[in-house]
Amino acid sequence: MTFYALFVPFIAALFAPALTRVFKHNAAWILALAPAGLFVHYLGYVEGVSQGERFTGGYPWIPSFNVNFSWLVDGLSLTFALLITGIGTLIVLYSGGYLKGHRHQGRFFSFILMFMGSMQGLVLSDSFLMLFVFWELTSITSFLLIGFNHAAERSRRAALQALVVTGLGGLSLLAGLLLIRNITGLSELSLLLSSGDLLRDSPFFIAAFVLVLGGAFTKSAQFPFHFWLPNAMEAPTPVSAYLHSATMVKAGVYLLMRLNPVMGDTVAWETVLPVFGGATLIAGTLLAMRQTDLKLMLAYTTMASLGLLVMLTGFGTEKAIEGAVLYLISHSMFKGGLFMVAGNVDHESGTRDISKVSGLRRAMPITFAAALLAAFSMGGLPPFFGFLAKEEIYAGLAFGDTWSVVFTIVAIVGNGLMFAIGFAVALKPFLGRKVVAPKDVHEGPVLLVAGPAVLALGGLVSALFSGAFHDWFSSPMASAVTGHAAEVTITVVPHVGLPLYLSLATIALGIASYVAIAPVRTAMASLLTGFGWGPDRGFDQVIAGIVRLSGAVTRFIQNGRLEAYITVTFVLMVLAILVPMGIAGEWPSMPAFPHLFFYEWAVILIAAIGLFAVIMAKDRLTAIVSLGVQGFAVAVLFMLMGAPDLSFTQFMVETLSVVILALAMTRLRLSPQDHRAPVQRVFDGAIALAAGGAFTLLLLRVLEVDLDMSLTEFFNTYSLQVAHGRNIVNVILVDFRGIDTFGEIAVVMVSGLAILALIRVLPKRSRSALTEPPAPPPEAARTAEAIHAEVREAN
Amino acid sequence: METAITILTGLFFATSIYLMLSRHIIRILLGVAILGNAVNLTIFTNGRITREAPPIIPDHAAVPEGVIANPLPQALVLTAIVISFSFFAFLLVLVFRSYQEIGTDDTDEMREAEPRDEPAPPLGY
Repeated sequence: MTFYALFVPFIAALFAPALTRVFKHNAAWILALAPAGLFVHYLGYVEGVSQGERFTGGYPWIPSFNVNFSWLVDGLSLTFALLITGIGTLIVLYSGGYLKGHRHQGRFFSFILMFMGSMQGLVLSDSFLMLFVFWELTSITSFLLIGFNHAAERSRRAALQALVVTGLGGLSLLAGLLLIRNITGLSELSLLLSSGDLLRDSPFFIAAFVLVLGGAFTKSAQFPFHFWLPNAMEAPTPVSAYLHSATMVKAGVYLLMRLNPVMGDTVAWETVLPVFGGATLIAGTLLAMRQTDLKLMLAYTTMASLGLLVMLTGFGTEKAIEGAVLYLISHSMFKGGLFMVAGNVDHESGTRDISKVSGLRRAMPITFAAALLAAFSMGGLPPFFGFLAKEEIYAGLAFGDTWSVVFTIVAIVGNGLMFAIGFAVALKPFLGRKVVAPKDVHEGPVLLVAGPAVLALGGLVSALFSGAFHDWFSSPMASAVTGHAAEVTITVVPHVGLPLYLSLATIALGIASYVAIAPVRTAMASLLTGFGWGPDRGFDQVIAGIVRLSGAVTRFIQNGRLEAYITVTFVLMVLAILVPMGIAGEWPSMPAFPHLFFYEWAVILIAAIGLFAVIMAKDRLTAIVSLGVQGFAVAVLFMLMGAPDLSFTQFMVETLSVVILALAMTRLRLSPQDHRAPVQRVFDGAIALAAGGAFTLLLLRVLEVDLDMSLTEFFNTYSLQVAHGRNIVNVILVDFRGIDTFGEIAVVMVSGLAILALIRVLPKRSRSALTEPPAPPPEAARTAEAIHAEVREAN
Repeated sequence: METAITILTGLFFATSIYLMLSRHIIRILLGVAILGNAVNLTIFTNGRITREAPPIIPDHAAVPEGVIANPLPQALVLTAIVISFSFFAFLLVLVFRSYQEIGTDDTDEMREAEPRDEPAPPLGY
């Protein structure tokens, strides 16, 4: 069943465009059945998983490499799968309303379902290869979704940026996974989980750790790789709600949680994760404070929340892990809900700038209520799920030593600022005097309000029934992350203790920040303007640098000068011949002085003179005649060496070449003279002589070894017996290699046609410059065919 | 015999490459024509050289008698001669037509595809 479940979203994606064409935006109701069905399917696992069971399955994929197509359902992957399919259902419905009437709505559904399938596959993968493939698929689908509004350059830039950053991280992850596989010999997560010591004791542990972090930190937008996430807000709001807050950006956190039993409990893990996570938390909240765009405020708090999750995952106490688990679940709900609220405000009022929109509470009561509930959860107020998370976080962090105190303060500051931003998002657009909006504001249709309402209520209901919720989801997930049975017990009833005091401090800080949000924003803005440079601009500089570099390299290599290309080609050819000969020491021995008959010497001398004359020719006629001389000399050589057929063909071809060359050159009035500078001539001559020498050496060496004559003997033996021909060369051509010769005739025919086509195309400039249309080439085509006729007749 | 032909082949290669290194299209064309001969001689020599005994089965025998030339490279070279000729003919017409269109026989001036002052690639997204 789970095997088929992996493909369901992709199949739905296949049909989405057609369904949307028929049912318009109401196709959302049908398409939402896919994730809803999957959600129900995964609920079936809850009972088993809550009792500590772990479900695995799969098939051999590449057995010779011990790679399987295998999945793993435990507390961690099950909770993620439920979040992905559950929120996915709401997002599909929401997109139905949000993009109603958009002409590419079908495509959008298709993309978002493909993403859902990738994300689902990612969290359920057991084999490393599957994990990597789905990991990259989420990057690619995210690229498609961010760039959905592809007519805008900002969207294209954001999409490319996300793809480059997460794609590079994906490569790093691949290297890390391969290294882990190399160290442990395992390629499945389920097996790796029980073999952590093997990895931790390896000298390559740090390398594997850094490579895996490269994947996780880019995907989960940890500082300094965070810059792509706010830019990704160019995507339509359902995408921001789903990919860039509730699910995809948590893939990095998922990976870290998954590997916590394997890589955790080491100095590197418990130093790097909290430091980078804490830095991301503080940077994210501070950057969020300066924004007035609802989506950007939420985007930066998402970054901050991811930092908090990474920090908690690496902190090393069981309570911190439990806090991370609770916060992850509550964040998915309240942040997904708040994004949809922001989308509703944008959709209905035409702006999402909190300095421009206010007083919508009467026009949009349901959205307002959902926003408030979500903000309560985000702020960590009882009786919401966020409150449980925050209590557990503080219980996990607050210890006496300096290290813990530092991170407790970081968490308080981060949470306090997030409290302020959460309420700014939930209150500012709705309270206050109603401003005149660009369009008539009213509550969105059910498709638009269902998502935020359900998620906001989810934050309340899950807290109220926290006992059952923990049993089903939180405890199994925490057990999977810690690697041993863990039980989450926290309830909404406040217990007087240190965590509660820290919560109160957080709330106080949050209220203070909310009140002072405007001056803080101004201060942050001026600080950032003063700083000027950031990773986002750095990305532009790197990309521009790459484009300039490749442009310069292309212009250097492909400079449009044919002689440069030919020089490089032949220099490399000489090296390719001589260097291997030199390395292998395969030089030919000094050959004996050849003993030839005088007429053989004469022919060879004539050929050499012909060649020399071609080079030295001062006028057209000499050049053409000299070319003929060397050609005829070769023909005579063939004759002397027992190849009458070759000799005959060579005579024909050389005659034709000379004739058509003469015809063409008299019309072209081209000077065959050499215009090269003397230095250039010496240089070119050196290359030419080196090439000639290289070929001579190679040939001499080849002639020293024995020739395998078995093929020749075959032809000699069967020429008459099988093919009934006495001229063995012709038998080979038309019989044994008949298809080859057929191909050759085809080449001649094609070049004849090409010549014809070239001649028939009228010159751009006036044809009067030339006396008449040139005659030779069709002749050339015909004569080439004639040669074949000769060859065939000869047999 | 083989040694002499080997050196001659080297000479063919050297001449053809020297001609092809020129900027003038007619000389490149001459170089291509000679390159065909150079390659044919290489193939031919690789199959070893025998004097004057063509690979033909006499009337009274079923298999060739005595030492005969190797027929295999001959068959390959025969194909190669015809192919290199049709290539030469095509190239000649191409030269002819490009001279008509562009009005130059200097390859450095033939810059339809790779203009001299090609603008840098756009830096936008």
